[in-house]
Amino acid sequence: MFPKDSYDVVVVGGGPSGSTSARYAARNGADVLLVEKRQEIGSPVRCGEGVSMEIFKHVDIKPDSSWFVNQVTGARIFGPSGKFILIDAKKAGDEVGAVIERDNFDKYLAAEAARDGAEIATKTSVVSLLRDGGEVCGVRIRRMGEERDIAAKLVIGADGFESQVARWAGFNTNLKTRDTTSNLQYRMTNLDLDPRFTDFYIGSVAPGGYVWIFPKSRDVANVGIGLLLSKIKGPSEAKDYLDGFIASDPRLKNASIMETVSGGVSVSAPLDKVTADRIMLVGDAARMIDPLTGGGISNGVIAGKVCGEVAVEAVRAKDFSVEFLQRYEKGWRELLEEKLYRDYMAKEKLVSLDDEALDKLIEVMSAVPLENLSTKEILGAIRKKYPELVKEFEDLI
Amino acid sequence: MIELNDDKCMHCGACVGACPANAIYLNEVILDFNDDCTDCGLCVKACPVGALTLIRTRGLKVPAATA
Ligand SMILES: Cc1cc2nc3c(=O)[nH]c(=O)nc-3n(C[C@H](O)[C@H](O)[C@H](O)COP(=O)(O)OP(=O)(O)OC[C@H]3O[C@@H](n4cnc5c(N)ncnc54)[C@H](O)[C@@H]3O)c2cc1C
Repeated sequence: MFPKDSYDVVVVGGGPSGSTSARYAARNGADVLLVEKRQEIGSPVRCGEGVSMEIFKHVDIKPDSSWFVNQVTGARIFGPSGKFILIDAKKAGDEVGAVIERDNFDKYLAAEAARDGAEIATKTSVVSLLRDGGEVCGVRIRRMGEERDIAAKLVIGADGFESQVARWAGFNTNLKTRDTTSNLQYRMTNLDLDPRFTDFYIGSVAPGGYVWIFPKSRDVANVGIGLLLSKIKGPSEAKDYLDGFIASDPRLKNASIMETVSGGVSVSAPLDKVTADRIMLVGDAARMIDPLTGGGISNGVIAGKVCGEVAVEAVRAKDFSVEFLQRYEKGWRELLEEKLYRDYMAKEKLVSLDDEALDKLIEVMSAVPLENLSTKEILGAIRKKYPELVKEFEDLI
Repeated sequence: MIELNDDKCMHCGACVGACPANAIYLNEVILDFNDDCTDCGLCVKACPVGALTLIRTRGLKVPAATA
């Protein structure tokens, strides 16, 4: 059961991005090791557990009852005054289409990788990259008090927001405070919710971010908050704001907390470069999270598939140069980059608006017919009524 | 210097990803700071539950002779 000394591909991180990369590399013939430092894949959960239905289009995954627990019909975005817009899950190419059990989802993806031939090592940390004349040639792992060197032709950094691999390899993954959020969430029970909707609350209830309620059923939901670091003044604001919101919402007042979840989420533009000789980054490690929603599962899985496929092509061609790996850069950017930049600009705008402006925005958007809820249509409608709100966005319209 | 309150820490890594010096190491329930820490305090802001505190030590060191 102990890993071998050498693999074609070592994937660091057993989250959705890493498991998907490992799976597509292994199923197409590469010899793959997936390394996860936690003792249990998927646990503890660090996620709101909302996913778009997009992933099922791109990747060979079928909703499984072990993790696919509540498909919602829409997302409601509440402005500070309480007015909301309803975004139909089917029409908006949206982030939230279903609420899942992330721990089981991650295990499912890892098991798919294993079934397709990848080896998995849990409770095993990658502690450094091995180099041969400057070039990455493997990883040093620590496992049960023992350190070992594992050679790899290609290393995939899928180690999440923490992204040590990226930094060891010399990528600049540093985030600005305006591009980083601090998040806290409670999994609550004894609720009385409409499980057909995921709810988002924007404005001064969550400076630079939002409060979310993602229901698993009428009775159980993830209730969380994300705050932009640049708007945070002192310690523990995420907790203070979230507790304040819960105390003020009659649906939540009598609920109990079954689990507390926290974590960092980047809301930046993606890295300019996620490949170098013998190394690729994917998922949160490559800052592929959607900057508007903070959702990263779908993007990580979608890019992970491309990453795994290119890894095999590189193994076949025996070419691990950054030039060859441009196939991956090109592939994932074609699928995700435009939306990431568009949503980054939208986020930059949204975080600059005060409650009054946000209410105007919600008011205009609620008048746009649902079918037309594209960024372009929305901006067009706002321009008609409040041109000053969209001045900087003329080129998008 | 950054002080960690183990009682509050969720071991979630929000501080690790926010740290510009890569000075924080997390493994399950172990959180460690190394000497690369510059006392910039970003981790304090990133921590959702207030488990980290920046203790300002610079300029406060008592010279050995008078201690
Ligand atoms: C509170 C919160 C709520 C969120 N809500 C949502 C949501 O509702 N929807 C959504 O789409 N996204 C959400 N996200 C973001 C989402 O969780 C991430 O985008 C997603 O997990 C990214 O997957 P990944 O595989 O890239 O990274 P991760 O899932 O972070 O996986 C990285 C893995 O690498 C492992 N690892 C790290 N370093 C090492 C090492 N040195 N050696 C070995 N293993 C290592 C880690 O233990 C981890 O398991 C949320 C995040 C937070 C914090």
